[in-house]
Amino acid sequence: MDLRFSEAEIAFRDEVRNFINDNLPADIRAKVRRQVHLERPEIDAWQKILFRRGWGAPGWPVEHGGTGWSVVQRHIFEEETAALDCPPQSPFGLSMVGPVIYTFGSEAQKGHYLPRIVSAEDWWCQGYSEPGSGSDLASLRTRAVVDGEDYIVNGHKIWTTQAQFADWMFCLVRTDFEVKQQEGISFLLIDMKSPGIEVRPIITIDEGHSVNEVFLDNVRVPRGNLIGREGKGWTYAKFLLGNERTGIAQVGGSKRRLRRLKEIARAEHVDGRPLIDEPSFRERLAQVEIELMALEYTNLRFLADAASGRPLGPETSVLKIRGSEIGQRISELAVEALGHYALPYELPREGMNEPPVGPEHGEGLVGTYLYGRAYTIYGGSNEIQRNIIAKMVLGL
Amino acid sequence: MDFDYSDEQRQLKDGVERFVRERYQFDQWKKIAASESGMSEENWRQMAELGWLAVSLPEAHGGLGGGAVETMIIMEGFGRGLVLEPYLSTVILGATLLARGAPEALQAELLPKIGEGKLKLALAIAEHQGRYNFADVALSARAEGSGYVLAGPKCVVLDAPQADKIIVSARTGGGAREAQGISLFLVDRAARGLNLRAYRTLDRRRAADLAFDNVRVDAASLIGARDQGHGLLSEAIDHGIAAVAAEAVGAMQCLHDATNDYLKTRKQFGVPIGSFQVLQHRMVDMHIALEQARSLALMVNMKLDGPAGERARAAAAAKVQIGQSARFVGQQAVQLHGGMGMTDELTVGHYKKRLMMIDVLFGNAEHHRRRFAEMEGAEAA
Repeated sequence: MDLRFSEAEIAFRDEVRNFINDNLPADIRAKVRRQVHLERPEIDAWQKILFRRGWGAPGWPVEHGGTGWSVVQRHIFEEETAALDCPPQSPFGLSMVGPVIYTFGSEAQKGHYLPRIVSAEDWWCQGYSEPGSGSDLASLRTRAVVDGEDYIVNGHKIWTTQAQFADWMFCLVRTDFEVKQQEGISFLLIDMKSPGIEVRPIITIDEGHSVNEVFLDNVRVPRGNLIGREGKGWTYAKFLLGNERTGIAQVGGSKRRLRRLKEIARAEHVDGRPLIDEPSFRERLAQVEIELMALEYTNLRFLADAASGRPLGPETSVLKIRGSEIGQRISELAVEALGHYALPYELPREGMNEPPVGPEHGEGLVGTYLYGRAYTIYGGSNEIQRNIIAKMVLGL
Repeated sequence: MDFDYSDEQRQLKDGVERFVRERYQFDQWKKIAASESGMSEENWRQMAELGWLAVSLPEAHGGLGGGAVETMIIMEGFGRGLVLEPYLSTVILGATLLARGAPEALQAELLPKIGEGKLKLALAIAEHQGRYNFADVALSARAEGSGYVLAGPKCVVLDAPQADKIIVSARTGGGAREAQGISLFLVDRAARGLNLRAYRTLDRRRAADLAFDNVRVDAASLIGARDQGHGLLSEAIDHGIAAVAAEAVGAMQCLHDATNDYLKTRKQFGVPIGSFQVLQHRMVDMHIALEQARSLALMVNMKLDGPAGERARAAAAAKVQIGQSARFVGQQAVQLHGGMGMTDELTVGHYKKRLMMIDVLFGNAEHHRRRFAEMEGAEAA
């Protein structure tokens, strides 16, 4: 047992570090650093830079356009990209639908969709939740009925992140109403430009536009867009959830935010001294930092299991629970650190010439806190994650 | 990066598990705990034969040159068995101090004896007024002739009644609470003028309050350089923290498993109580607390041989997490066992009490959180 990186791993880390420092555009880096919301062109720009280097799909096997990296290499890459303020890669194609396509898709589907994900030509969104099907996802009612060479899809998806940018949606639909709920679900790839699709924005608590409702009204989807077999969609959906489990801890991102929080706490003052020297604040900072250290090592332990060929299972729900709670805690402390300047809330708008009110280091923090309340809700709420551990790990 | 045990380490793990199975069933534990010395000489000999007392000693002195991983395996197993022998005091704390601070001749004399099970040690570093600050040393060591004269009290010295020798921190210079000016001495437990008030502790182990009434020691009993004992002591304490962290993980694992089994078997309202979601989620939170503790126990053990600053930071973080997890797991194990959790006849309470001991040892979670917060360069790497 030895948790230090090997010489080869250190060389790889340096290579990644150097590449980022040489290639990440300064304006994008600055925005990530200030936690400003990124638009698609900025995320695409970075994805294309990685793609040209051959690093577009860190988690994929070589034959599908991936890097073929070991789990340790992937971990190093995640750590370095987060530490050096790279924009996060969009997960819907790379982490979610991509692995489903190369594991269960046809040769034609692999050949068409996978390269377009890696090169950032296509953006994907996830058509899972419905107004009546949140935590109880298997009750979903969007239906797909065969008509000649097509399915006709009718239904209503909700909380669809980035649907306003997406070219494609991977979608869970019901193809059979007669069988057990889980057995009547199929996995369809839907072109977002298809007639009959309407995307309506949902403005969230931070007044931002990240999620949407997607209405499907007699949308024709070629039968060739079905992944695997009809009625097996639930299996593929579960595979998707089980994939990329170590990334859900968000250790790199939380480390970066904690660093920024400390900078703010050094710049803000209370009773004539830096906030970071105020004992109560400093101890609460220490508490969350210790919890983050524990999460980091828990993540490493799971990583080691994966590296030894032991498949990761439901026990990784711990990473989702702790990762989201810690992310929220850091964000909460950041808002607390701002004091009065947590209150002004100006949205960026066209033709705004004046600089934002309050200290520059406060930019975006309250919005991040507000939107961050979703960390414990999305991707299976933390209560659902606890149900999963209780049932699948503890056998209760 | 490599997280796997070697074949030898796996064998060690099997060996420790067998030891606990054969020698530390609950009835056996009760018998040993109730005995005069509160430990088993036979178990101690057995540990010596198995090489466990020598596992981390330097090879030059009969040791096996093992490292943190071996210690972690042993201590986790001992945590599961509530093993009572003075391994922490003798092999982790005592031997670490001797191997790093004692003159070569003294090492050659004493370290092989530890490995053979013929020497037991205790570490006397706590003083009532100093609480968890081990630089707050009032016990004085006055130079006289070729030696020193020790005077003053030490409190709650674990394993002192059955120790052959005691390592004690004393002030040879500097002011109150100054790290500079602390020296460590090796003293015979039977030395003239050393008075013990022996008692049992919450977890049925043995300890004593010591009164040094002008105890004379010669200069050769100085461990480490004069006035410079605090650095050495801090290193030994970090080793102690790493060891009890692993022990706590073993104890918490037992509470976790016992509670989870109880939820599946205990029925109320005609169903197992583990079918109630509120209890399921509580059990999941115990599971998470245990896993987080396991992660930092691993981290501190892996950083023991690294740079001193990183080691101290890791030890402080681990002690915080261990203390917090141990309280939660201990308290909830009692709660979920209901009335049965309150009884002396279940192991639950005994694990809980051992975890309470571990939280206080070397400073509790609050102490180490303050220490962590005050450390320079408190920065997520």
